[in-house]
Amino acid sequence: MDALTIGTIIKILIILAIVSAIAGFGTYIERKVLAFMQRRLGPMHVGPFGLLQIAADGIKLFTKEDIIPQNANKFIFSLAPVITAATAFIAMAALPLFPTFTIPKSLPVIGGAIVPSTVADINIGILFILGTMAAGLYGPLLAGMAQSNKWGIIGSARTAVQFLSYEVVTGLSVLAPIMLVGSLSMIDFNDAQAGGITSWLIWQQPIAFVLFLIAGFAETNRTPFDLLEHEAEIVSGYLTEYSGLRWGMFFIGEYANMITISIIAAVVFCGGYNDLAFISGWFLFVLKVVFFFFLMLWARAAWPHVRPDQMMWLCWKVLMPLAVINILITGIVVML
Amino acid sequence: MAHIEEHKETHTVQKEKQNYVMLDLGKTPKFGMPAFIQVVKRSLSLELLKGLGVTFREMINALFKGKMHTTKYPFEKLPISPRYRAIHEMLRLLESGHYRCIGCGLCEKICISNCIAMETRYDENQRKEVSQYTINFGRCIFCGYCAEVCPELAIVHGGRYENASEQRAGFSLFEDMLTPIDKLKEQKEFAGFGSISPNADENIKKTPLAY
Repeated sequence: MDALTIGTIIKILIILAIVSAIAGFGTYIERKVLAFMQRRLGPMHVGPFGLLQIAADGIKLFTKEDIIPQNANKFIFSLAPVITAATAFIAMAALPLFPTFTIPKSLPVIGGAIVPSTVADINIGILFILGTMAAGLYGPLLAGMAQSNKWGIIGSARTAVQFLSYEVVTGLSVLAPIMLVGSLSMIDFNDAQAGGITSWLIWQQPIAFVLFLIAGFAETNRTPFDLLEHEAEIVSGYLTEYSGLRWGMFFIGEYANMITISIIAAVVFCGGYNDLAFISGWFLFVLKVVFFFFLMLWARAAWPHVRPDQMMWLCWKVLMPLAVINILITGIVVML
Repeated sequence: MAHIEEHKETHTVQKEKQNYVMLDLGKTPKFGMPAFIQVVKRSLSLELLKGLGVTFREMINALFKGKMHTTKYPFEKLPISPRYRAIHEMLRLLESGHYRCIGCGLCEKICISNCIAMETRYDENQRKEVSQYTINFGRCIFCGYCAEVCPELAIVHGGRYENASEQRAGFSLFEDMLTPIDKLKEQKEFAGFGSISPNADENIKKTPLAY
């Protein structure tokens, strides 16, 4: 095998092992950050600072009884969590994580392998990512309809509503940067912003950035738009009948999606993994992704969530016109 | 601990008159242009960021300024009021170490849930002696009448509120509630329900002898 193939396999392992671990670890971070913002301590007792809480939670999820309701459609009921978890990781195939690097020759077996920045630098990168993430919405949709539970049905109905509303905004908001860069590949997005902090697309496209963030919150069911599983209204929505590992797969998928959205925001708008003066691109990239991840938890602590009708009002009457106007202006500027 | 001190402070604050402030929410536009203008105004004044600022400030307060609110309950406890009515205690006379109970039976008589059972007899000094005394804590409603009626401050309410027990008889015998003789020095005069208030002297008025 040549160096690039081995490197790609290593990259796949990095994504599957580390990112899924971080997705699990994200639950710990979320509980801690929410706790601090409410002046609580959060998980404290399992391991130092409660760090092993995810291990305890994992053991709990693994050993829980796997219940399938009597009248549920058993095949679709067990398929739905797989859709959510799988699409979340498929989306990461086209996602750049770090700069391309070569493993030192001194290491055995994998020495000299070139680890690319993305697993697959396909020419429709961002369309592929947004498409697979949108396909992931089939998870909640099918799960809610298959479980023969009223809360589940309402949850999946809200999934459809939310899906139709924000997906338009996501597409339109990303369209303006695509017009500026002239490519759909995530690598090209990164390379277009190589010229320091002033070349970041966020300065040319502030409205598109804000719109994308809002739509990203909706895409990952984060708090201002967590209509699908809002406890106070519809018990757990599409998750009502799920327990144990199936529930855990939904959870991993949700957190992996949060990481994906953070990475897209960092690459498309905030300069990607380019070095900045003396700061290494690796470090800077992790910092950006961590910031966007933290922003999602921060917003959850600060803001109440909206009603479904308010969300549709926001998406159709405010965000979509803004996105269209933004594209028009960008188009005129590009033409001139 | 800082937050326990804070708790004490809020206790004192609550005694004072509370100040409620009515927030000025402005007018609520019903439809059309005023509503649109309000939306634009709120969006452009970045009100959402103010909310983010509040939560971030609270996080900094909690992490770096010691304003964490959590009490790690089984390991640390908040102070309870001396008037709190938990499991009863039987006090001793500080001078002789003899228990204070004179066997008058008032507590048994006044108990509205009939949970106190006592038997008394005369000892060799012709003093009333309590031969048997139990409180059925399955029935006790912790009303505090027994402590209030006791003329000797012998039965009082203590601060043991963690009364889960494997046996019903866990706390209820006279010997269990009585101050252990070796801990007599640590016995404090009861300040709670039925005891004399600290400013009792001020409350006493001179009774004129001549009418």
